[in-house]
Amino acid sequence: MRHASPAQRVVAIGASVGGLEALKQVLGALPADYPWPVIALLHTSAGYRGTRLDTLLAQRCALPVREAEARRPLESGVVHLAPAGYHLLVEQDLRFSLSVDEKVSYVRPSADVLFESLAEAVGAGAIGVILTGANDDGAAGLAAIRARGGLAIVQDPQEAQAPQMPQAALRIAGADHVLPLAAIGARLAALPRESA
Amino acid sequence: MQDKDAEELEIGDFIRTLKARHGYDFAQYAPASFKRRLRALRVRTGAASISALSRRVTDEPAFLRQVLAGLSVPVSEMFRDPWVFEALRREVLPILASYPRIHIWQAGCAHGEEVYSLAILLQEEGLYDKSQIFATDLNDVALEEAAEGIYAASSARLFSENYQRAGGRYSLSDYFHARYERIKFDESLKRNVTFASHNLSTDGVFAEVQLILCRNVLIYFNDALQNRVLQLFRDSLVHKGFLCLGSKETLAHTTVERDFDAFDLPARLYRRHAPR
Ligand SMILES: C[S@@+](CC[C@H](N)C(=O)[O-])C[C@H]1O[C@@H](n2cnc3c(N)ncnc32)[C@H](O)[C@@H]1O
Repeated sequence: MRHASPAQRVVAIGASVGGLEALKQVLGALPADYPWPVIALLHTSAGYRGTRLDTLLAQRCALPVREAEARRPLESGVVHLAPAGYHLLVEQDLRFSLSVDEKVSYVRPSADVLFESLAEAVGAGAIGVILTGANDDGAAGLAAIRARGGLAIVQDPQEAQAPQMPQAALRIAGADHVLPLAAIGARLAALPRESA
Repeated sequence: MQDKDAEELEIGDFIRTLKARHGYDFAQYAPASFKRRLRALRVRTGAASISALSRRVTDEPAFLRQVLAGLSVPVSEMFRDPWVFEALRREVLPILASYPRIHIWQAGCAHGEEVYSLAILLQEEGLYDKSQIFATDLNDVALEEAAEGIYAASSARLFSENYQRAGGRYSLSDYFHARYERIKFDESLKRNVTFASHNLSTDGVFAEVQLILCRNVLIYFNDALQNRVLQLFRDSLVHKGFLCLGSKETLAHTTVERDFDAFDLPARLYRRHAPR
C-alpha cells in the first residue's frame, strides 16, 4: 500500500447528471500503474441500500475503486469514491473525512466542499475535473483549486450531456483545459509523465 | 500562502480561547469541516475575522450558545437509513424486551429526529412504557428544539417515506399534527425521554444502558477523541448491550474493537461482550 505524500498530486473529479457514463469513460482511460490518488464524486440520490456504484465503475477501470472512508489515507493508484449522502473532505494529513453538514449548492456530497478542502490540503498539487451536470456545484471549488495554483480541467459544455455544471465552472473558475470527454482521461493519464 | 497560515493561527487561537474560557475543546475535531463551520459562523455573526470571533467569545459570555450552535451540526432526519431502524425493530427490540426496564442513550441527538423515531419504534413494539431514553447533545439550542418536537412541514414527506421503509405499522402522520408550515409530534412520545446537555469530549458515564445510538457524530472526531468516546460507550453498556453507529462509522481500527462483536454490520450494530 503506497500512501500519498505531501508533495503528492491528487486528481478529483466531480460529475452529476449523466455522470456515471462520463466517469466510466474517464476512469477507463487511466492505466493500472497510475501514480496518484483519484477521487470521484457523483451526485446520487442518497441513502438506499445496495448502491454498488463502486462495482459499476470498477467494471471499466484498471484501478481499484473503493468508497472513501473517514480517517483513512488517500492512496496512490486507487479511485476513492465519495459515499452517497455525505460530504467528502481531504485533511492536511491527506486523510479523508466525512460530514453530514448542510447541503452545499443543494447537494451532498458537494464537489465545492471536496475541491476546496483539497486545494487547502495540497495546494498546487490539486487537479480538479468537472464533468457533465445540471447544477453549479464544483465551480467555486474549482476556483479555489486554481487560486492555489492547481490545475483545472472542464468537459466541453457543447458535448456534455448536461452542460450547466461545466458552463458554471468555466464562468466562475475558468480552466486550463476544456476538452471533450474522450480526451479527458487521456490528458489525466499523460500528466504524470509530463510532470516527472 | 501567507493568508492561509494567518488564518490557521487565528483558528488555533480561537480553539484555545474557547477551551480556556468555557472548557469546550474542538482541537480534536476533524479540521477541514470544522474550518468550514467556523468560517460560516464568522459570516453569519458578521465578525470581521476569526480573531474578532475570539474576542467576542472572551467578552460576551452569552455568545457561547450561538458559537456552539454554529460549530455543531444538528443536521438529521427521522429514520435516516431506514434499514437501520428496521434492524433495530426486528433484531434488537425483541432482545431488549426481556429486560424489566429498558434504558437507551441517544448521543448527539441534534433536533431529536432520531429520538422520536426510537420512541415510535418502542411504542409500536409495545415496549415504550417500560423504556427510558436519555437524549443528549452538546448544543443546547438544538436540545431545546428537540424537546419541542417541531419540524418543517416540508420534511414530512421524507420522514414518512423513511418510516414506511423502516417497517412502520401505521402512517407517520398518526403521530404528528400539521399546523401552518410545521409539524409537531405528540407530546406523549416524549413522556419517557430525558433531554440533557452532555459533552462527549469531556463528560463521563451517567447511566447504565442496554442500547446506545450514536450516529454521524464520530465522523467529526479525530482518532483520539473517537477512542475516548467509544470507551465511554463501552463503559456505559450492560454486558451484551448494543451499540449502533452511523452507516459510515465502524469499530475497525479503534481501541474498543475487541470489546464488541459485530451483530449486524450493514446496520452498524455491535454487541458488547464480557472482557476476555
Ligand atoms: C450530524 S448530527 C447527528 C444527528 C443524528 N444522530 C443523525 O445521525 O441524524 C451530529 C450531532 O452531534 C452533536 N455533537 C457534536 N459534538 C458533540 C460532543 N462533543 N458531545 C455531544 N454531542 C456532540 C452535534 O451537536 C450534532 O447535534
